[in-house]
Amino acid sequence: VSVPSGFMYASPEQVMKDRADYARRNIARGKPIVAIEYVDGILLLAENPSATLHKVSEIYDQIAFAGVGKYNEYENLRIMGIRQADLKGYAYSRDDVTARALANLYSQVLGQIFTDSLKPYEAEILVAGVGGDASETEMYHVTFDGVMTDEQRYAAVGGQADALKQFLAERYAEVPDLLAAIKMGTEALASVGNAELAAQQLEAAVLDRALPRRKFRRLDVAELEQALAS
Amino acid sequence: MRPDFSDPARIASSFTDFLRTERPELLPQPAVFQGALQSVEATTIVALRYAEGVVMAGDRRATEGFSIAHRAMEKVFPADGYSAIGIAGAAGPAVEMVRLFQTELEYYEKVEGEALSLAGKANHLGRMIRANLPAAMQGFVVLPLFGGYERKLGEGRIYRYDVTGGLSEETDYHAVGSGGRDAKNSLKKLYARADQVDAGRAVEIVVEALTDAAEEDAGTAGPDPVHGIYPTVFVIDVMGVREVSQADVEPVARAILDRRTGT
Repeated sequence: VSVPSGFMYASPEQVMKDRADYARRNIARGKPIVAIEYVDGILLLAENPSATLHKVSEIYDQIAFAGVGKYNEYENLRIMGIRQADLKGYAYSRDDVTARALANLYSQVLGQIFTDSLKPYEAEILVAGVGGDASETEMYHVTFDGVMTDEQRYAAVGGQADALKQFLAERYAEVPDLLAAIKMGTEALASVGNAELAAQQLEAAVLDRALPRRKFRRLDVAELEQALAS
Repeated sequence: MRPDFSDPARIASSFTDFLRTERPELLPQPAVFQGALQSVEATTIVALRYAEGVVMAGDRRATEGFSIAHRAMEKVFPADGYSAIGIAGAAGPAVEMVRLFQTELEYYEKVEGEALSLAGKANHLGRMIRANLPAAMQGFVVLPLFGGYERKLGEGRIYRYDVTGGLSEETDYHAVGSGGRDAKNSLKKLYARADQVDAGRAVEIVVEALTDAAEEDAGTAGPDPVHGIYPTVFVIDVMGVREVSQADVEPVARAILDRRTGT
C-alpha cells in the first residue's frame, strides 16, 4: 500500500476526542448561565459585565435562548433560531412554534457541525419555553456536539455546569418566587466564580407566563439590586 | 440548514430579505388574475394626533360587490408595541401585508436588540406597498394608514401612502378608504389642535367621524348596537399601543347615535 507523502492518519476516535477537548476547554473559559424555574415561569441569569452584548435573549413569544462560549458562534445560533421561529409562525401559526422543535434543530445543526467541520462550535446553548401553566415549562440544554438534554426545575450551561447544578440541587426545594430565584441563582454563580457579584455584573431575564403575548422580559439593575438586598 | 459564515451579509436584520432568498414562495405574490374577480375592499380608517399620541380607528364592514361579506372584520392591527396599521383595499393582500409587516418589525427588534425608529417602520411599509404595485394595477390595491408613537421624540405621528408606496406625514389627522373623504370632512369640523385633544375626546372624534362616513358610504358600517359591533379603536402613547375595548367604545358610539335620534 502506498501512502501519499505528507498524509497523516488519525483515527476517528482521536479526531472526535480532539475536537471535543478543544470545544470543552474553550467553553469552560467563559462565564456560565443558570436557569431556574420560579412560580411564574423561568429565570435566566448570567454573569455578564456587558450591558449590551447579551447572553440571554428572546426567540419567540414564549421561547428564550441563552448561549455561552464564543460570541459570534452563539449569536449566529440565536439569529438562526429567530429566523426559524418567525418563519414557522408566519408560514403556519404562532402556536406551532415550540421550544422542543427549536432545540431539536439546534441539536441537529451543532451535531452536524461537530462531525463535518474542521472545528466544532465553541458554544453551548439553553432553550427555555413556558406554556399556559407550570406543567408546560421546558428547558433544553444543547452541547457543542449536539447532545440534547431535557432539564427540570433548574439548568446550567457553560464552564462548571456540573458544580452549578450540584449547588442548585442542594438549594432548590419548592418552586421559589422571583426574588428567591434571583438570589439562589446569584449565589450559585458566585459559588463557582466571582464571590462578590453585584447587580451590575449580572444579566437577567425571565419568561413570565403572566405577560400577554411576548413572555420574555429583561430585568433591570434596580430589580436585581432589590432582589439581592432582600 | 446551518449558519453560513461565508457571507456575513446573510446575518441581516430583515425578515423579508431572508424570505426572498430562502423561501420566496412565502412572500406576497403579485396577482396575475384576469377577469371578473372581485376583491373585498370598502372601508374607512381614521387616525388623529392628540396631546399624548395617536388614536386610530376602523369600521367593521367588509363587502363583496353589493353583499356584506363580514360585519365584524378587524381592519386596524397593532404593528408592534408602539404602532398600529389600518388597512383599506383588497382584504386578502392587505391582511397578508400586515402579517408580514408585523413579523418584520418583531424580527428586526429581536435580532438587533432594539426596535426600528417610527420613520424606519413607515419607510419599510412604503416599500411593501410598492412591491404590491403589480397587483394594484389589476385592482388589488392595498392602502394602509400607519401611526405610532416615536419614543425618542416623545410624540405621535401619522403616515399616509399612495399606491406606489410614496409616503407623507400628516400633522393632524387623516382618513383612508371608500369613506375616507367623508370621515375627513367630519374630522375637519371636530378637530382643533392636537394639544387641545385628550385621549377620551380623541376616541369620541374618531368614532363620530366613522359614524359620519357610514351615513354617506355604502362600504362603511356605523356603530351597530343591534349586533353589539362597534368600531375598532387603538390608542398609542408613551405606554405603547392598546385596544380600546368594545365595552368602552359602546357608550361613546351610543351617545353619538342618541344625539342623532334626538333622545
